[in-house]
Amino acid sequence: MKKNNLKAWLYLLPAILFLGVFMVYPLIDVLVYSFEEGYNFASQEYFGTGIYNYSYVLHDTYFLQALKNTLILVIITVPLSTGIALLISLALNSIKPLKNFFQTVYFLPYVTNTLAVGLVFMVLFKKTAYSEGLINLLINALGFSSVDFIDGPYWAKMLVTCIYTIWIVMPFKILILTSALASVDEQYYKAAKVDGTSRGRIFFKITLPMISPMIFYLVITGFIGAFKAYSDEVALFGTDLNAAGMNTMVGYVYDMLYGDSGGYPSYASAAALILFSIVFTITIINLLISKNKVHY
Amino acid sequence: MKVVLEHLTKKFPNRNKKIKEDVIAVNDFNFEIPDGKLIGLLGPSGCGKSTMLNLISGLETPTEGKIFFGEDDVTKLPPENRGIGLVFQNYALYPHLTVEKNIMFPLENLKGDKKLTKEEMKKKALETAKLVQIDAYMERKPAELSGGQQQRVAIARALVKLPKVLLLDEPLSNLDARLRLQTREEIRRIQRETKITTIFVTHDQEEAMSISDMIVVMKDGLFQQMGKPQEVYNEPVNLFVAKFLGTPPINVFKAKIKKEKLYIGEAEICDAKNLSDRDVFAGIRPEGVILNPKGRLTCKLDRVEVMGRDTSVVCTNDHATNDILRFIIPAENKIDEDDKTVSFDIKPSKLHVFDAKTEEVIKL
Repeated sequence: MKKNNLKAWLYLLPAILFLGVFMVYPLIDVLVYSFEEGYNFASQEYFGTGIYNYSYVLHDTYFLQALKNTLILVIITVPLSTGIALLISLALNSIKPLKNFFQTVYFLPYVTNTLAVGLVFMVLFKKTAYSEGLINLLINALGFSSVDFIDGPYWAKMLVTCIYTIWIVMPFKILILTSALASVDEQYYKAAKVDGTSRGRIFFKITLPMISPMIFYLVITGFIGAFKAYSDEVALFGTDLNAAGMNTMVGYVYDMLYGDSGGYPSYASAAALILFSIVFTITIINLLISKNKVHY
Repeated sequence: MKVVLEHLTKKFPNRNKKIKEDVIAVNDFNFEIPDGKLIGLLGPSGCGKSTMLNLISGLETPTEGKIFFGEDDVTKLPPENRGIGLVFQNYALYPHLTVEKNIMFPLENLKGDKKLTKEEMKKKALETAKLVQIDAYMERKPAELSGGQQQRVAIARALVKLPKVLLLDEPLSNLDARLRLQTREEIRRIQRETKITTIFVTHDQEEAMSISDMIVVMKDGLFQQMGKPQEVYNEPVNLFVAKFLGTPPINVFKAKIKKEKLYIGEAEICDAKNLSDRDVFAGIRPEGVILNPKGRLTCKLDRVEVMGRDTSVVCTNDHATNDILRFIIPAENKIDEDDKTVSFDIKPSKLHVFDAKTEEVIKL
């Protein structure tokens, strides 16, 4: 028995080693950093321990702005992207000709580089001194004046960010949902047909419950992904997100570490842990809700 | 409700697009199923049984021909307006709904003046559940039931709307051997109690023979024979039907009719009055022989299997089309296993002769 245990530990050793060095230790370190006050990066010294870092971060207007941006982004993009993805998947699932073609088209954004997509969005939305973006040309054609989506009002920038985020996460959701829909046994639909079930009832009583585990999975990963938003904002507004007023929480953590105003690992750690606690709480709430709503 | 099929034909376009010819799943079917009977639709895999069931249920529309329920032509009606109940091979129970909700599902679809109140639905569901003896498990999900119980729920769901015709697709194929015996009796009982015309599809001839009032044998989309199970077994119209029915299967020999006598090899078996000389197949049912050391048919003895009241004699014959022959004789008959050969007399009623070319039966 003892020998067996030794063997087991031996097998686990590589994984434990790597996870320990690159996951567990840094996590503990972040926790330690977040409670060390007045930590100096160069001399590796600190004055004392306490919750000052948290208090600082929570009073920082940049952080509050980032928190607000992130929350808006999460609340708008997660339900919208999941809903639209479901509609597109349903449509994809019900057409026969060109099905593969459309599936490929909808999957393209997933394999496209984020920054390249950012460029495309610039062409669509950017208003410069010399040119209007494509969307602005449309707005003008409808008889309204141009909106500067990149350097303009807050709501315009938020709108672009939301559209961008939704567009970026959509392919993966469509992929998951189309395969979930395809895996629903044809016999359920036949059985429903024999019983004269209406289309709406088939959708709400059969299709939706059958794919509910997948929808739930997408919502949870969607929440987590949206809370971790950063690169999309950089692609749209450049690296100085604070100036643009479009910073996100991960962006704030990054800025605190490496940005122009950076060099504060303690603040960064505190912000990261606040982000973690929010994500954790929301995931727990999700799990509790899903227990009642998600079938089998 | 009697069910009448008239020239029913279903063709599917060939999957291989290079082949223009359609695949004919059901070919010009004509028959009438009497009211209130249990019919077994029997045939090997891929013979079009399930297509047939789909045509009757309305899930598929026929290429040609008509279907009548009673006097009504239902050929063009969608499934929900035909008044049928369909039990699928793998039951297709909704996994997220309880047994009660599953049974109530068809009732909840009713619209207009047929709409029922929640209490009426619950009452009907309970009545049906009692009929199939599943009422103790109303709150369970399908995954918490055994295969046989799931089968009952599926039947209850099909019956709850009181269909005119109940269709069962391979109802027993997902059950283990014991449960299969039990469930087929159950299906028989439910059918007797409800008196609903029931058609069930199976590839298992034993299953069909044991519970059907009548069986319909089909092959490659073509109708072969219809009748009471024992009739079809005793008087097969062709070699296929003879081979398909019965376990152990019929023993088939290459034989000849010469000068109004039937020969297997050199052995003269019996008279064949008024029949011209020709090559034939002679089929002998396993139970169709009597042990007799001076019998006309002699085979090489392979082994003897004693199974309670019967003895199974396994032997070979150069003229047989089966690799091994199996005859069943009462256990009182003693055979010495060391014997090289075994000889039989043949019961005339258990001997069937088929034309070698057409494979149609020839009456001796």
